[in-house]
Amino acid sequence: MYQLRGVTKQYRRDKATVDALVDVDLTIGDGDRLVIQGPTGGGKSTLLQMLGGLDRPTSGSIELDGVDLAKLPEARLTTFRAESIGFVFQSFNLIPTLNAQENVETALVPLRLKAAERRERAAQALESVGLGERLGHLPSEMSGGQQQRVAIARALVKNPKVLLADEPTGNLDESMRDEIMDVLETLWKEHGLTFVMVTHDSSIARRAPRIATIRKGRITLTENSKAV
Amino acid sequence: MFFTYLRRELRRRRKAALVVASGLALGIALVIVVNSVSAGMNQAQDKVLQSLYGLGTDMTVTKAATAPKAGEGGRPRFEFGAKDDGKEQSSDRVMVQGFQTLAASTVDKVASQKGVADAVGGLSLQVMKVDGQFKRGQFKQDPGSGGATRQGGPGGEPRGRVEGGGASFDVNSYSVYGTDVTKAGLGPRTSSKITEGRAFKTSEADAKVAVADASYAKEKKLALGDSVKIKGVTYEVVGIATPDSGDAAADLYLPLKQAQTLAGAKGKITTVYVKATDSQQISAVKRGIQKNISGTTVTTSADLADTVSGSLSTASNLAANVGRWLSIAVLVAAFLVAGLLTSSAVSRRVREFGTLKALGWKSGRVTRQVVGEAVVNGLVGGALGIAVGLAGAYAVTAISPTLTAQLGSGAGGGGGRGPGVVMGGPGISQAAGKSLDIALSAPVSATTITLAVGLAVAGGLIAGGFGGWRASRLRPADALRRVE
Ligand SMILES: Nc1ncnc2c1ncn2[C@@H]1O[C@H](COP(=O)(O)OP(=O)(O)O)[C@@H](O)[C@H]1O
Ligand SMILES: [Mg+2]
Repeated sequence: MYQLRGVTKQYRRDKATVDALVDVDLTIGDGDRLVIQGPTGGGKSTLLQMLGGLDRPTSGSIELDGVDLAKLPEARLTTFRAESIGFVFQSFNLIPTLNAQENVETALVPLRLKAAERRERAAQALESVGLGERLGHLPSEMSGGQQQRVAIARALVKNPKVLLADEPTGNLDESMRDEIMDVLETLWKEHGLTFVMVTHDSSIARRAPRIATIRKGRITLTENSKAV
Repeated sequence: MFFTYLRRELRRRRKAALVVASGLALGIALVIVVNSVSAGMNQAQDKVLQSLYGLGTDMTVTKAATAPKAGEGGRPRFEFGAKDDGKEQSSDRVMVQGFQTLAASTVDKVASQKGVADAVGGLSLQVMKVDGQFKRGQFKQDPGSGGATRQGGPGGEPRGRVEGGGASFDVNSYSVYGTDVTKAGLGPRTSSKITEGRAFKTSEADAKVAVADASYAKEKKLALGDSVKIKGVTYEVVGIATPDSGDAAADLYLPLKQAQTLAGAKGKITTVYVKATDSQQISAVKRGIQKNISGTTVTTSADLADTVSGSLSTASNLAANVGRWLSIAVLVAAFLVAGLLTSSAVSRRVREFGTLKALGWKSGRVTRQVVGEAVVNGLVGGALGIAVGLAGAYAVTAISPTLTAQLGSGAGGGGGRGPGVVMGGPGISQAAGKSLDIALSAPVSATTITLAVGLAVAGGLIAGGFGGWRASRLRPADALRRVE
């Protein structure tokens, strides 16, 4: 369970400071699904970084199961990311020179598995997103939707506790959006993940039970009674 | 994963890798060529010095320079009696080269010095041979006023004149080296190989035998078993010697005792040839000898090398200075370019490395990946550079440009091969005015290759250092950066 208290993040650019997050309080239960919305530059990505341990808040605490990520030493934060967090990025962020299977394997590298097991699990993960036939393909040889599915396989291959997705359909055209959303939703249900997703897509948002809106670093929460 | 990732990166970003590698290759190739040409220059200089001193001589000991005393040495004089009318006359004037001698006991003193492995004495002589004849003038009477005048005119003087008197002489000079037959392994004679006949036997310390230099023998039409006469003494030519390179140390070699007798220099030598136990200690040995044996001048190969001029010395200075600086400059530039290119490659891959960090890769692992790529680039560049460098060195050896070496202080006024004896300082009197042609080669040593490989690895590490430092500072949050 996530417990955020008074999380503030300021970026210093030259002499000006930008308040990306201002005094955010938020609780996300295990297995919950939270959709984050808001205008560009509002602070959505910044919040996701805080949740995923990619960066530290300027002040406040981010507890996951009682452990404050804000105070965790760098090495432990790295291990935490490797073991517990799955990321899906808007621009896929696949390694362009590695094929699909090798890209998925990169998520298992910090876990020190044997090479054979790593390959096996990567293949299984790709199978589960419908890319069992594409293990040897390079990102450049795949469509945007396929690339994002590789990225999803990479995020989930380690069986993380939390899945964080930052506008996962933002770079995709309409036909692929639903495909990706279906994959994510299925996997969320299968794995019992805590799932936090930033999206501009209101049709997706409408299906979420809880919506957080961030404007100028401030958060407002809406319960969605019409959630599916 | 490390090797898979490395292989994939290098294969799919071949062009960028090749740019870094060729920069390093250029620098490394230059180092190899400059190094091996320098080594070739040194070999050439060694050859020049060897032709004077013989193999393995590290230094020579001669008498310290003093103003020649009156009556000692001096200019050669020839005395001919004009009595033997019309008869061919010949006279040899045997002089000690440089007119300065040391006592033969100096050899033992030098040999007992610390750091001296072996020492041998030798006597260098210059022989001037004058051949020719005098003709007495003949009185010729005036045919017109012949006997008639004599008869008829009292008091008439006979008329006529002396005709055809005079002299025709041929002067030529050659060098003789008196060698210690018991120590054949050291000294100037070792710079030539016996190509016909034999060398001196140890039993021939005072025998009337000679070894002739091949080109001198050719000039004088001397063959094995022929005899040469010096100052009335007849020597049998038992061997012909051909110099390994350049000029011979002397035209004729005689046993030391014979040479001393000829020159009237009993128990004297001109030079002690010294071999040191350790070639690194030469200057210390030199200092020791000069301190402990007064009145001597010690000349090392290095001292002599300073007197080498001509295109060899110009080229060797060029290689030592310009070549070295150029290759250092190119190397530094190559290292910098490789570093900057690697660093900028990391900048272009900020998102990639940020993503890996977001996935839980430790900074060290990411850095290792970047450094690994750079080191492989460096090794590829090194291999390329070694190939190009070897080709360059091979080309130099194949073309083998000829360099000329002039020895002695400032070309020594017309050279010492003519009848005139050059009087240089005693230390380099032998060297004065000597000129040698030497073909340049560029031998590549294992050390040079090791250096090149070391530089390649260093280049890779420097480039990797730049890139790795950059990569280690990336934040995992950079994975979310929108712009490439
Ligand atoms: N690394 C950074 N350095 C400086 N300013 C930043 C940085 N990241 C984000 N910001 C600023 O913080 C604010 C919130 O950004 P972000 O969280 O990316 O918004 P969103 O994802 O909602 O578009 C913006 O004003 C943005 O310019
Ligand atoms: Mg964003």
